[in-house]
Amino acid sequence: MSATFLSSEFFHNYKRNASAITGSIVLLVFTVIVVAGPLFVAQDPYDVGQLNLLDSYKPPVWLEGGDPRFLLGTDGQGRGVLAGILYGTRVSVMIGVTAMLMSCLIGTTAGLLAGFYGGRLDATIMRIADIQLSFPSMLIALFLMSAFGTGIDKVLIALTAVGWVVYARTVRGSTLSEVQKEYVQAARVAGLRDGKIIRRHVLPNVMTPLIVVATVQVGTFILIEASLSFLGVGVPITQPSLGLLIKNGFDVLFSGLWWTSVFPGLFIMALVFGINLFGDFLRDELNPRLK
Amino acid sequence: MAEAKPANAAAPETLLRVEDLRTWFHTFSGTVKAVDGVSFSVKRGEIMGLVGESGGGKSVVGFSILGLIDPPGKIESGAIEFNGENLKDAGDARLRDIRGRDIAMVFQDPMTSLNPLHTVGEQMDEMLRLHTDMDAGQRQARCVQVLEDVGISRAADRLKSYPHQFSGGMRQRVVIAIAMLAQPKLVIADEPTTALDVTIQAQILKLMRRQIRDNGASMILVTHDLAVVSEMADHITVLYCGKVVERGPTDDVIRRPSHPYTRGLIDSIPNPAHRMARLKQIPGAVPDIRKLPKGCNFQDRCPRVGTLCRESEPPLVATGARAHACHFPLKEGETE
Repeated sequence: MSATFLSSEFFHNYKRNASAITGSIVLLVFTVIVVAGPLFVAQDPYDVGQLNLLDSYKPPVWLEGGDPRFLLGTDGQGRGVLAGILYGTRVSVMIGVTAMLMSCLIGTTAGLLAGFYGGRLDATIMRIADIQLSFPSMLIALFLMSAFGTGIDKVLIALTAVGWVVYARTVRGSTLSEVQKEYVQAARVAGLRDGKIIRRHVLPNVMTPLIVVATVQVGTFILIEASLSFLGVGVPITQPSLGLLIKNGFDVLFSGLWWTSVFPGLFIMALVFGINLFGDFLRDELNPRLK
Repeated sequence: MAEAKPANAAAPETLLRVEDLRTWFHTFSGTVKAVDGVSFSVKRGEIMGLVGESGGGKSVVGFSILGLIDPPGKIESGAIEFNGENLKDAGDARLRDIRGRDIAMVFQDPMTSLNPLHTVGEQMDEMLRLHTDMDAGQRQARCVQVLEDVGISRAADRLKSYPHQFSGGMRQRVVIAIAMLAQPKLVIADEPTTALDVTIQAQILKLMRRQIRDNGASMILVTHDLAVVSEMADHITVLYCGKVVERGPTDDVIRRPSHPYTRGLIDSIPNPAHRMARLKQIPGAVPDIRKLPKGCNFQDRCPRVGTLCRESEPPLVATGARAHACHFPLKEGETE
């Protein structure tokens, strides 16, 4: 299996694509951070007992007054910026990936049903999608968050409500063309139930474009979540994401305490950059029209 | 099972009877009467050829029998009686039971009629799991046996292959194998050789005929190719614009067509014995089925058209085993 992968066209193109390699290295680093982040810092930034106000607003270690315990400095509570970032990346990535999975599940189901059954069901689902698309996704998310209040679960709901549309539209399109193919007719003629035809015959054939959409969407979701948190309607203060860290530092940004905001910002940038580089590569590889 | 020979078929048992079937599609731009009053019957062990140009409603007949007409299409009226059972009013669960087990279908394009993401074995197994209560070992054995029957060597190995690993002709063999798996009583073959290489066509046709005979099944062969039908079918039903224009025993119809349309179809088959400067063709094209003319549907393309043809629609008149719908039918030996 690995031999076939290593000799595949996909891997061949990957080796020659510098941005794909860069993207995947960045993603690899972030995977390590998400999985093992807390192991790299001594301090648990959520444990109030480990915080010392005397450590507050220490600059990064290479500046004057820096403390070797806090590589990237500390914030107003004496919380290490690096520790905050490592824990916050987890929250950001977890939200991005979970919301992506939820959108994918709901959107794909909606798209399959709309494309397979057509008619009134199709019209209803797609009109809802159209209406939703006519508003900026940030606006919808903001509206929902102000209605629900803060919380990770609420962020997930808001992001899913915004994100399912892409899948629904993509899947509906491919389903419409798959259903025309004779193997779907053949499955009906063989006496299969609709549900089984959709799951066994249509779904696997409409999955490929979703991989690209899903990858890029994780990046988008991380950014939207960061924006929501920055505006104060995202995750709660007890589980700060990268966006919330930026917001917390933003208050003191112009007092010269720039590190509290800038480092989380750089991390978000690197993360989304890596996701997009890799997503672009996947799009080029998996889209037959661009070949 | 004894082969039903049309010549001495005094009253062999009828497997399928379609009576005055009307399947209409209600579209925004008008009602398309794809099938409009079609009647025919298929006897046990018989191969019935359903012939007509594209757009003639041939495939819709097949899907109507299986109850697979989707909106905006609708079976407006008529009767479909299969093996003594009324299929037109059968429930969805009952129809699903019949599909694949009693009535199987072979499609035109073997490139798209197999799912590219499942192995051939998985797709065959799915059919058996659905319609039989065999255990895994029995199903495997049955798949191997049927694949061998359709002339695929190393069948046990080939079960693990994906469709793209087969050539077009081999794939059509697989499709036929899948159709025969559950030993159906009726196989509806919708242009089964149209997408194939001419050299493969003959092989596949021969194979299908043998499979049908060996299994004691019947077949409806839907095609636009009269040459194929004359090779294969015991009876022919010719459709034009959703209506039966002629029907009868194959040899009889081919040798002495009554309807000018059938004549035209026969004349447009290249015949190496008669070298002609130019192959005969039927002038014009099938009329827009939403705006059919008053009178006979074939009037604008017919060499024998008369005023009566533009006035009234010719009814289907039966004489013995034959029937035709023409005001001025061809007499024996008449060419045009």
